[in-house]
Amino acid sequence: MNEQVAESEGVQLDAAVGSVEQACQALREAFPGKVRPDEREGYEGVIVDADALVSAALLLRDELGFRYLSSVTGVDYANDGLLESVYHAYGAESGALVFKVQVDRGNPEVPSLVSVWPSANFQERESYDMYGIRYAGHPNLQRILTWEGFAGHPMRKDWREPYYEEDHKPFKTRHPDGGVFRAEDRTPFGRNVQYPPGFDPEKWEDTAQSSVYEGLMREVKEGGLQTECITINVGPQHPSTHGVLRVVVVLDGEEVVDLMPVLGYLHRNHEKIGERCTFPQIIPYTDRLDYVCSMSNGLGYVLAVEKLVGVQPPERAEYIRVIMAELTRIVNHLMAIGFLWNDVGAYFTPVIYAFNERELILDLFEMVSGSRMMCNYMRVGGVFEDLPTGWMEKAQALVFDRLPRFVDEFHRLLTENEIWRSRSMGVGILPAEQAVAMGATGPLLRASGVPYDIRRVEPYSIYDRFDFDVVVRHNADVYDRFLVRMEEMRQSLRILRQAMSQIPAGPVQTGKKNWTIKAPAGEVYHRIEAPKGELGFYLVSDGGSNPWRYHVRSTSMINLTPLAEMCRGHKVADVVVILGSIDITLGEVDR
Amino acid sequence: MYGLGILKGLSVTMKHFVNTYVDDIKWGFGKRYTPGVLPARQSAEARGVFTVQYPEEVLPPQERFRFVPFLVYEGTDEERQYRCTACGICAKACPPQCIWIVRAKDPETGKPLRRPAEFYVDIDICMNCGSCAEYCPFDALKMDHDFELADHDRAKHIYDLQQLGQPVEYYAKIRPTYYAAEQEAKAAKADRAAKAKAARREKK
Amino acid sequence: MTEELTHPNIPVPEDLKGTVTLATWEKFYNWCRARSVWPMFFGLACCAFEMIAMATSRFDFARFGMEVMRASPRQADLMIVAGTVTKKMAPQVVRLYNQMAEPRYVVSMGACANGGGPFKEGYSVVSGIDKLIPVDVYVPGCPPTPQALIHGFVTLHKMIENTKYKDMKWYHNRGQGEEFAIPVLGPDLFDPRQNPLIQSEAAKTSVATNDSE
Repeated sequence: MNEQVAESEGVQLDAAVGSVEQACQALREAFPGKVRPDEREGYEGVIVDADALVSAALLLRDELGFRYLSSVTGVDYANDGLLESVYHAYGAESGALVFKVQVDRGNPEVPSLVSVWPSANFQERESYDMYGIRYAGHPNLQRILTWEGFAGHPMRKDWREPYYEEDHKPFKTRHPDGGVFRAEDRTPFGRNVQYPPGFDPEKWEDTAQSSVYEGLMREVKEGGLQTECITINVGPQHPSTHGVLRVVVVLDGEEVVDLMPVLGYLHRNHEKIGERCTFPQIIPYTDRLDYVCSMSNGLGYVLAVEKLVGVQPPERAEYIRVIMAELTRIVNHLMAIGFLWNDVGAYFTPVIYAFNERELILDLFEMVSGSRMMCNYMRVGGVFEDLPTGWMEKAQALVFDRLPRFVDEFHRLLTENEIWRSRSMGVGILPAEQAVAMGATGPLLRASGVPYDIRRVEPYSIYDRFDFDVVVRHNADVYDRFLVRMEEMRQSLRILRQAMSQIPAGPVQTGKKNWTIKAPAGEVYHRIEAPKGELGFYLVSDGGSNPWRYHVRSTSMINLTPLAEMCRGHKVADVVVILGSIDITLGEVDR
Repeated sequence: MYGLGILKGLSVTMKHFVNTYVDDIKWGFGKRYTPGVLPARQSAEARGVFTVQYPEEVLPPQERFRFVPFLVYEGTDEERQYRCTACGICAKACPPQCIWIVRAKDPETGKPLRRPAEFYVDIDICMNCGSCAEYCPFDALKMDHDFELADHDRAKHIYDLQQLGQPVEYYAKIRPTYYAAEQEAKAAKADRAAKAKAARREKK
Repeated sequence: MTEELTHPNIPVPEDLKGTVTLATWEKFYNWCRARSVWPMFFGLACCAFEMIAMATSRFDFARFGMEVMRASPRQADLMIVAGTVTKKMAPQVVRLYNQMAEPRYVVSMGACANGGGPFKEGYSVVSGIDKLIPVDVYVPGCPPTPQALIHGFVTLHKMIENTKYKDMKWYHNRGQGEEFAIPVLGPDLFDPRQNPLIQSEAAKTSVATNDSE
């Protein structure tokens, strides 16, 4: 173990060489004529020509210190006939460097960056699935959220779903002559389906299943006994996949040869619906992203909108937001640990202990927002309503007394358990170097020895006022991820105690709340340290009341990228443990 | 020694097991499930059994708790005077667009009236977010506390005006703080109007 | 307990009330069945967490004899469709239902499973699981609170208690359940039962596009 610690301490995110502006300048100088600044109103970063993309990316990563690629996504500028692939890269302490590639809508092809930043893997597949941008050189360019054989690329602006009514909400059929109807009664099939002209179901060959297994490694080790590998499916209905994740595992005996998560079983077109909603209407939808921590999702989203619109919430609202976000972090970590233990085989005991405390915190959420899980509490420029009378006393009883005691008790219950230690120590190792390259964030990254916490690196809201430690551990295994989460609960309690004693009186909303707001044209990317890791929101506005592009940089999905690396060589029983230690929520993976 | 960690963990579960009996003695045997004890059993001070014996006892909903919306009406059940003016803000603000409103028209002139002729909420789409109640400028639409809606037939899940209507007394009962604040605001407004009137009269 | 079982037409002597119950065999049989419904360990989306919350100590569905959540459909009586059924997941849901032995029940939990919910307008959500498999109880809400879900179970219990032998198809054909058509992932999800309709509609649209050309 000790050796490993020494090894991983050296690997940190290198400090970026200079600022983002300097990096842009360096790029322009290195590729004259091929890199130009993005001069559209409200946009930032540079536009890179497709043929220079890979070498520019290499320069960024190796010489300019942008070792971590946060987000890759597509945007459809249908009016200009362009598809754009947008990248956000970060250095250790720099802001985001945004670079884009613009391609023709008729023949969209962009070189893949998976060889430079492996974290682009799932994100490029998603962009291909949603927009049809082909990423040349991608190792396994398949549909990820829909299935192979699906007709069309749904996020394109000219693609319409069966229940399509209008481009923007509110729909005109609702008022003042809102004759009620069920959308399915308006389609010929009575269902949410549509088929291309001339489609014959009798002649359809189902490729959705067989294509999944392509791209999996099947070679057997050389020498020794020659055995045949078998492929098994874990999920989508499996008690240990935390929802409807499907993991295809290639096994040699009981050893994992290769593994691939198959996503999309909970794809609910969050982004397409979001582009139809007005900015405030999206807030309740964000609750259903990572449904364990609805408060943090809402916080991330409203911060992005506030950045776009330029509103500053009042002081009291800032404090309330931090309090809610940290309570959410405790809820999330409680559940993560509980379910991780469930996967190890402790069945429900730790879950039941964790849920008792969760219920008490959910009571606080219900008291303040009206709902236990789907809080819908954050608002652009403030929060829904002030804390009700008696809330603070209840919350303080929890935060100052019960929860610290409980965390200690939880430690006694779990940490020293020998069975747990032998199941988790040295399992699922993710070296720091790889963690950064694969885009792992949150407790997963910090357990690999990288002290990277957005609350500290790029403080948002009022996190710069609180005293807390960034929890780091260096063994990079399942046990350390568990300990990081345990310790983060203590740190959250520390922040909560400070916030609760400092919170000032005053209003909780800047300006008047409205169900629709207009945002100036432009783009914005805002990320927060959600309990599971980095949660980013990318918004493009065309100056109207709803976003032109609304993208969620989902923590859970990108944290799944290193799953195959971590599982290779382990036994199949360890797969569920490693998966549990990543801590995913399917609502956010598939959106 | 191997197994010490497990024993340590088991001591925690043992402690909880004993605590339930200590708690029993504290409340007096059999008294744990009397209604007055429920809030204490569900608070941060709770030590023993945490269970709510639903359906025999119900966890009291918080005042802000929201389930599906309802329309507030004044007057009796036979002669309902809905507060709703059919302005349509709720239908516009609804994120999943599950509200349908038909505005009443004057039968003679055909001019639109300030009341709904029909009002529908599809509770199979409703996401209980409370936006409709939040943005309603007339305090006409509120979120209900009644969650016991399970049934065998989905055809009934489009609620119409009749099903959505609830008397103002019901609203005052489930949301007393909000109702009191509303009444106060109304009284203040009436007071201001009266004063303005008096001032104008004095001027004359 | 004895009161709820006792047949209304059979008088029980006053001094034996509370100890003796006189009921029909059918009623007793159904009463036992209703109190040992085993749900399947099966969650789809957000609602699954409220379902799990119901399994933990605050709401504790062991009080209804339901605590044995079975991961295998073969051993389960009740499928709680807890959450959004997407098109990609729909074939699996139907397959799981087909694998359950009779008597089997389905509780549709939450707006999404009932009718598509807030995500109904999108392209990848099935508008209600009842399009594919029969549903016994609908629990509205987004998500329903654990208490609302328990209310759904109470409704289900009442339904089970009130069934008659002659209406129990599975009782007469030795538990042979009906197989439901598993939908297929094509260019869009299609249900084999709808094939003729899809063909005729497709013929119409292809004629229309040919004309426009």
